[in-house]
Amino acid sequence: MTATTSTSASRTRVAGLAVRALAMPLLLVVALALTKLAHPGFGAFDLQSLALGALPLALAAAAQTIVVISGGIDLSVGSQIAVANVLSASLMHHASFPQSLFISLLVLAAGAALGLINGLVVAASRIPDVVATLTAGFIWGGVALLILERPGGGAPAAFLNLASGEDFGPWLPNALVVMIVAIAAIWLPIRYSRIGLLIYAAGSDPVAAFRSGVNVRNARTIAYVFSGLACAVGGMTLTMTTGIGAPLAGSYYTLSSVAAIVIGGVSLQGGRGGMVGPVIAALLLTLAPMDLIFLGIDPNYGQVIQGSLIVLVVMVAGLFAYLQDRK
Amino acid sequence: MKAAFEFLRTHTFYALILLLALFVLFVEIVRPGTVTPLWASNAIMFAAPLAIMGGGQTLVMLTGGIDLSVSAVATGSAYLLATNATRGDVYALAIALSLGVVVGAVNGIGVALLRVQPLVMTLGTGLMTGGIMIVYSQQMMASQPHVPEIIQTLGSGKVAMFVPVDLFLWIAIGGLILFGLHRTGFGRLVYAVGDNREACHLSGVRVWRVLFVDYLLCSILAAITGLVLVGGTNAADLSLAESYLLPSVACVVIGGTSIFGGRGGYAGTIVGALILTVLTSLLTLLDVSEPAKQILFGAIILGLAAAYARLTE
Repeated sequence: MTATTSTSASRTRVAGLAVRALAMPLLLVVALALTKLAHPGFGAFDLQSLALGALPLALAAAAQTIVVISGGIDLSVGSQIAVANVLSASLMHHASFPQSLFISLLVLAAGAALGLINGLVVAASRIPDVVATLTAGFIWGGVALLILERPGGGAPAAFLNLASGEDFGPWLPNALVVMIVAIAAIWLPIRYSRIGLLIYAAGSDPVAAFRSGVNVRNARTIAYVFSGLACAVGGMTLTMTTGIGAPLAGSYYTLSSVAAIVIGGVSLQGGRGGMVGPVIAALLLTLAPMDLIFLGIDPNYGQVIQGSLIVLVVMVAGLFAYLQDRK
Repeated sequence: MKAAFEFLRTHTFYALILLLALFVLFVEIVRPGTVTPLWASNAIMFAAPLAIMGGGQTLVMLTGGIDLSVSAVATGSAYLLATNATRGDVYALAIALSLGVVVGAVNGIGVALLRVQPLVMTLGTGLMTGGIMIVYSQQMMASQPHVPEIIQTLGSGKVAMFVPVDLFLWIAIGGLILFGLHRTGFGRLVYAVGDNREACHLSGVRVWRVLFVDYLLCSILAAITGLVLVGGTNAADLSLAESYLLPSVACVVIGGTSIFGGRGGYAGTIVGALILTVLTSLLTLLDVSEPAKQILFGAIILGLAAAYARLTE
């Protein structure tokens, strides 16, 4: 009897895990199917614009995910993306393609440096993450304006083509490939190494982690460094997709990155969640305003929908937790 | 020296006053002759909206929360006021303030009843409010927004040459907050909930009521802030209060209220708001570019917040 109950319990657990792992991809498929229904002309071109629009947001979401899993929150994601965007656009303006590739390494280093500073400030100053990164975001916003006062700059066509081209055929836009490759390159080494273990441990229970010998401060600082790297890639993809640098374009990504992780199932308490959810959420958040256009609704409702989605998701989750508590 | 340091450590309010005096001194050193009664009166006029918004932020931070929707609510209330002014001042005011009530109630339901993290909840409602305002503004293109005279007087008027009108509002609201926090049961509960929510719950406090009222008040204060701001600029646009989000949090943190809840108070926030206003004035005098100003402002806030954390630990 006990054996059967335990197998059935483990079976439900496996089922639960499968549902959790498949829920977001399924949601994306359903959303795409609904889009196709609402707008039968949805084709390769629309897929391309979806991937282009979602690319920087996906990287912003990735950056936010890493920090949130480590138990923090980064409200400077948008400004860091802006810095990478204007830095790349102003340095690459008259560069050749090989030069621009070298410059992108510099931008990556700069992004990691911004992340490191964020991490050190949070770790050393004992200012709570929210306040520290809110303020840091203000500072990085100033840095972006210092680099490029008004929208401008540019990059060689071959560099822009990295994300905006269609080298793999019309149904597999480069933007989608860049998204998957870049995020995998940042995330997989973290996920399957000691670093990832430390970051998850630091986020899920800092006290327990500390007592088991994890240097929580270091783990969280490292998380911020990787987040800075992801932001640097995000800023460069913004250059690739828009063709210019805009010092104020990044601000959108701070709030949207939080929206993406909330919808993508990353717990803001830290220590829980993965990368697939937030990235798919970034695609969904980009698809929503597109659908509004297809349906003939003012796309300005996009921000309303994003906000409502956050509120709805967290409220429903809160309701479930509340009902479970009462049982 | 050591005794003086110890005194400041235990009486942080005086440390803040000292800091404020230092910043005023800097202003006078950078450009001698700047600090006049007129300058002081302007500083108070500019500090008032920040301090009113900071009052709401203090209330929620005392319970261990934060409200990131304040700037969207302030902007929205100002915009609603200006676009509805043709239908009568009272009507416009009621519409503007009702935005604060609605957003505050939604925040309150989410945070208090459904236990959503305040950060995410208010981020979401802030996004929603901002988005609704964008959509609303596009339908309002045709009408001529204008700011009622009484609000203009509130935001930019002065009596007896040097006393800004918004100071009266600030004193009234500040007095209510101070009285409410230190002399009423509600205030004691705000501190108690921030200190230990679970213990409050176990001792029979209806925690959700305290939190709900708290977030409601914060949003209403943000809406009032929007009115004062639009009275000062006399022009409503959708980025009016955007730049007030960081200062509204910073003045509370610098003022010594712990973001983890239970510690601090409004007196510190008042001085914090004055410090940030004088700092802005100082940076303007320094004649540096706008981006550099932004960087310096942020760096100094970080420095002050870090110093405060060190001083009081």
